[in-house]
Amino acid sequence: MDAIPLNHILLVSSLLFCIGALGLMIRRNIIFILMSLEVMLNAAALAFVAAGAHWGQPDGQVVFLLILSVAAAEVAVGLGLVLQVQRRFKSLDMDRANRMGG
Amino acid sequence: MLEIIFFYVAATIALIATVMAMTRANAIHALIYLIVSLLAVAVIFFLIGAPFAAALEIVIYAGAIMVLFVFVIMMLNLGKAGDARERQWMQPKIWAGPALLSLILFVELILMIAEVEGAISGDMVTAKQVGQALFGPYVLAVEIAAMLLLAGLVGSYHLGRRYLEREQ
Repeated sequence: MDAIPLNHILLVSSLLFCIGALGLMIRRNIIFILMSLEVMLNAAALAFVAAGAHWGQPDGQVVFLLILSVAAAEVAVGLGLVLQVQRRFKSLDMDRANRMGG
Repeated sequence: MLEIIFFYVAATIALIATVMAMTRANAIHALIYLIVSLLAVAVIFFLIGAPFAAALEIVIYAGAIMVLFVFVIMMLNLGKAGDARERQWMQPKIWAGPALLSLILFVELILMIAEVEGAISGDMVTAKQVGQALFGPYVLAVEIAAMLLLAGLVGSYHLGRRYLEREQ
C-alpha cells in the first residue's frame, strides 16, 4: 500500500470541521467566530478536493474554487460587521448585539 | 511511502494548529496558528495531487483572507484588557457542553466514514483540467460566484463607509 487512504483524509477533514464547530460554539468574540467559520469551510473544501483526487476528476477543485469565493465574500461582509459592532457596542461580544435595529 | 509519512505529519500539524487557534485568548496569536493550519492543509493538497488547489489555498486563504483579518484586528486595537476578558469567557463550564456535542457529531462522522474504501489515485489533476471544467460545464457557477463577490464588495463597502463617516 503506497497511496494515502481516502478515509484518513476524510477523517482529518471531519476532525477539522468538528474543531471549527466547537470554536464557533464556545467563543463569544465575533472575530473568533469568523475564524471558526473559515476553519469549517476549509474542512469542507478538503473533503471535496480529496474526493476529486480519489476519482482523478477536476470537479473537486472546481467546488474548492467556489468555496474559496464564498469564504472571501463572507469574510469581507463579516469584517465590515465586526467594525460596526465594535463602533456601536464598544465591544466584540456577540451577546451584546442581540437586538435588531439601532 | 514518503508521501504517506508527509501526509500524517501535515495532518497532525493542521489539527494541532487549529486547536491552538481556537483556544488562544489573543486574536493575533490565533491568526498565526490559523495560517499555519492553512499552510498544512495546502501541503495535504499537494500530496494528494491537487497543486492548483494548494497554490490557491496559500495565495488566497493564507495570503488575502488572513491579511484582511490582520488589518481589522489592527484597526480595532484590542490590547491587554481584551485578552483578560477572553480568558474569563473561556471557563471549562462554558466549553464542556459544546465539546460534548461536537464530539458526538465527530463520532457520527467517523461511523459514516468507516465504510469508505479506496485510496487517492496517484495521478495529478492539473490546473489545465480544472480550467477546462470551470469554463465548460461549470460556467454558470463561475458567473454566480462573480455575482456573489460583487454583492460582497458592495456590502462591505457600505458597512465600512458608514463606519468611517460617523467617526469623523
